[in-house]
Amino acid sequence: MAKKLGARSRPDTGLSSARLVSSYLFPRPKTRLALLLAAPVTWLVLIYIVALVALLVTAFWSVDSFTGEIHMTWSLDNLKQVFTQALYRTVTFRTVGIALLVTVIDLLVALPIAFFMAKIAKARSQRIMVILILMPLWASYLVKAYAWRSVLSHDGILQWLLQPFGLGTPGYGLAGIVITQAYIWLPYVILPIFAGLERVSNTLLEASSDLGAKSLTTIRLVVAPLLLPAIIAASIFSFSLTLGDYITVNIVGGPNQMLGNLVYTNVGAANNLPLASAIALVPVAIMFAYLALVRKTGALENL
Amino acid sequence: MRISNSAKWVLGVITGVVLLFIYLPLLVVLANSFNANKNMVWPPPALTTDWWGKAFRSLGLWEAVATSIEVAVASTLIALVLGTLVAMALSRYKFFGRQVVSLLVVLPIALPGIVTGIALNNAFRTILGLQLTMGTVIVAHATFCVVTVYNNVMARLSRMNPNLQDASADLGAGLWTTFRLVTFPQLRSALFAGGLLAFGLSFDEIIVTTFTAGNGVVTLPIWIYNNMFRPGQAPVVNVVAVVLVLSSMIPIYFAQRVSAVQDA
Repeated sequence: MAKKLGARSRPDTGLSSARLVSSYLFPRPKTRLALLLAAPVTWLVLIYIVALVALLVTAFWSVDSFTGEIHMTWSLDNLKQVFTQALYRTVTFRTVGIALLVTVIDLLVALPIAFFMAKIAKARSQRIMVILILMPLWASYLVKAYAWRSVLSHDGILQWLLQPFGLGTPGYGLAGIVITQAYIWLPYVILPIFAGLERVSNTLLEASSDLGAKSLTTIRLVVAPLLLPAIIAASIFSFSLTLGDYITVNIVGGPNQMLGNLVYTNVGAANNLPLASAIALVPVAIMFAYLALVRKTGALENL
Repeated sequence: MRISNSAKWVLGVITGVVLLFIYLPLLVVLANSFNANKNMVWPPPALTTDWWGKAFRSLGLWEAVATSIEVAVASTLIALVLGTLVAMALSRYKFFGRQVVSLLVVLPIALPGIVTGIALNNAFRTILGLQLTMGTVIVAHATFCVVTVYNNVMARLSRMNPNLQDASADLGAGLWTTFRLVTFPQLRSALFAGGLLAFGLSFDEIIVTTFTAGNGVVTLPIWIYNNMFRPGQAPVVNVVAVVLVLSSMIPIYFAQRVSAVQDA
């Protein structure tokens, strides 16, 4: 200890450059703030914000169908195409529908489990259950989608399980997409709701019951309003993550397409970046609308 | 609120069923990694360890693992530096535009992956005129990994006693010395947790990766994705999947230990 102190007192006598910088910065909090922010803000703005703005701008450009080169002339053609053509409208509705369905299913599954974990399970089993639910969260996204490809296959376990009852696997298609997405994002929905329920104090529940409320009344009048921000935060995850997905669609969706697939084909095979940008703006607009809608509930502080 | 025993039972049964639903597909993958039928017919007609041998001898697979680790390590290091700097700025100073900066950090992960992917693809290729390489993947991953480090460091800093830093300054320590000897030791486990999350996020990412990776850059998720549709290779993917699920226990073990240390 004494040795350490001695070693550290040495720079005080000399005027090392670090010390000069320190004594210059110490009375100047604004300069310190600027230095702290310089690197991260430059990185995020130069790389990400510029890229997003460029995406927006590119959506107004066009591609020469012969040379494949991008013409930097302003036109609304791409946006018009996305808004008026039946293909894009159908796919947009399908994508939003799938995202909503996945979100609703996940909430319905997550609420009872989160309630059981937070309010009924004993401390020890609660810890084990949190780990059991965290485990698949860490497991690879692709592994989970691939697992469902095996389960849903016509030679797979689901067919084998359901055959005795005269039923069969839904196979690869819309049902497969919804099941797989709901499965993949389920832990992301359970955990925020569980955390939200843990913040609902047990004394409030007891007070409600002492005042004569039945369980369902307590849930409706005490738990639900307190839990709403957590539920919305959870829904942002499942909704946004489903909205942008196209990998799961390729793995278990059969011939179906979501918005992500249209973007992907236009960047790759069709080489029409401007049209792809215009399509990509659709989920961005939907997501911003969704965020604006839920902003007032204070859910965003829960993310 | 008194919950009746029957309600407890119902909730308990639902929880059990859902946990089964969560693990069943993963167990199917485990079983299929030993399934002798290469179309993975269920139930397995016979068992084999051939796929495991084939996986360990696959050169492409090992190269993909190495690429993924390289990308994840590089982007985690960048995210650690940038995330810590933002968190220190936002937790200690109140300034105009503070909200905007915090939104800036969250945005790359809040927007759908395909949007981030195509925006960066467009920026790298069309605007900057760059070739897509492993470097572009690292830059892209680092951008959306900043938020995990930021969240962890921010939470830690808000619980830290600011008097300690003042005391350090009073005792004659410069800003760097105070950071090195006072702030950093308290941040260590938060940096570890945030770095672990960033590593996991990068290691598993496929959507942004497909849009920012050059032709020769094959990360593990891209390798899995390319091989799962090939009839002869699909069983090998089962083996990789099993290993990935098992190795995902390592970060959970560490995360639990870190939180146990904090609770104590």
